[in-house]
Amino acid sequence: MTPPERRDTEARANPEAAVGVDAVGATATPASLAELLTLAVHMERDAAARYAELADAMETHNNREVTELFRRMSVIELGHAQALLSEMGWSDAPQPGHAAAAESPEAPPVDALHYLMQPYHALELALEFEVRAERFFDRLAGVARSPELREAALALRDEERAHVELIRSWMERVERPLPNWSDDPDPPRYTE
Amino acid sequence: MNDVAAALAARTAQDYKSSYKPIWCPGCGDYSVLSATTKALAKLGLSPEEVVVVSGIGCSSRIPAYTRCYGFHGVHGRSLAAATGLKVARPDLTVLVASGDGDGYSIGGNHFLHACRRNVDLTYVVMDNHVYGMTKGQPSPTTEPDWDSRLAPGGTGLRVFHPLVIALAAGAGFIARGFSGDPNGCAELLAQAIDHRGFSFVEILSPCVTFRPEQREWKERVRPAPVAATSDPARAARRLMTDDGFNLGVLYVADRPTAQAGARAATAAPDDLVREFER
Repeated sequence: MTPPERRDTEARANPEAAVGVDAVGATATPASLAELLTLAVHMERDAAARYAELADAMETHNNREVTELFRRMSVIELGHAQALLSEMGWSDAPQPGHAAAAESPEAPPVDALHYLMQPYHALELALEFEVRAERFFDRLAGVARSPELREAALALRDEERAHVELIRSWMERVERPLPNWSDDPDPPRYTE
Repeated sequence: MNDVAAALAARTAQDYKSSYKPIWCPGCGDYSVLSATTKALAKLGLSPEEVVVVSGIGCSSRIPAYTRCYGFHGVHGRSLAAATGLKVARPDLTVLVASGDGDGYSIGGNHFLHACRRNVDLTYVVMDNHVYGMTKGQPSPTTEPDWDSRLAPGGTGLRVFHPLVIALAAGAGFIARGFSGDPNGCAELLAQAIDHRGFSFVEILSPCVTFRPEQREWKERVRPAPVAATSDPARAARRLMTDDGFNLGVLYVADRPTAQAGARAATAAPDDLVREFER
């Protein structure tokens, strides 16, 4: 697992990437409310799919607590996508355009896992990517092409901000890992 | 298009995943390759029963079981041989071949050359992590010569295999490189590769977080190729020979006649040949 402090450093070193600004380049900035909501729905779905993949990986390695947490995150993200669809009165979102072809700023990378990671790590990871999503919509609001779009982007940002606060509150309730959390007396890599 | 047809056309990546959960190590790049593969198939709207995923042996070769397509988990290094036979017999199917750097470039190295040369309409995806992961970390053909481990103290000192250059020299008509840290980018490459008529080769840098944890740094090194794909083999050769292994995208595309079953069918029936032999 990438040590959390290093990921933070990376995000600071490359804030543009951290907020997924590549996905909202000038030509890809949503031109209508429908485009913005399509982007948001696909971002949430991508994040839900990614959390489900992370849960599967941890389940295979019998890390039950982290599995459950990632599953819950997947359900939550899917719920967000569903809520957005309901808001628009859509049964499904249109196919994503160019902007949604980039990685969702809300989806943690697969390589962020460690087989011994603990719930605190999982929440830390989720927090990092909810913060990215918040910044993503904040930035979208900054480049919005109309007041209506700006307002919608700010509403999405505030939604993500609420998730950030929720995860922070969860983190206060779980045990912090010991410094030697990744020590394994019987490691898979026995050749070293 | 009626409602049923529209519903069938709107497949999602999930429709191509099986109920088996991958047993790769947490953090392995192969998860993203699986995700990219299913996204590419969804994008192309192919029916799972029209697609076959063929593999050899190794971590990456487990991929057929994780899809709902037809699958063949074959013999070490022989995925391309099995896939070639299948495609020639059933040209109506879309055939994807999955391999790793050990299975594909060492044990299956000879098949790789001739698959490129024959130009049968296959898509060959090699998940390259520069190590034999399943068998606990031996150096593979793409391992750096100075990679030090207990199994190869001080490194092998051997020159690395350059799969993209070799594919070009052997006649592959579509050559691309992806990175597992960019699953949507890989999905786009795979969709283009599947669409390409003829043999398409996609190398995907897929870190082994267990035996090569330093490969997590690859995400800092990869970048989109600075120039568009060329169809000029001489230009492609220069680019690939000087490439540091981290340029991503479609790097070479050319039209070549594909090998087709029946194009040069035998004129004698098997029984006639047997009778001739018995004379």
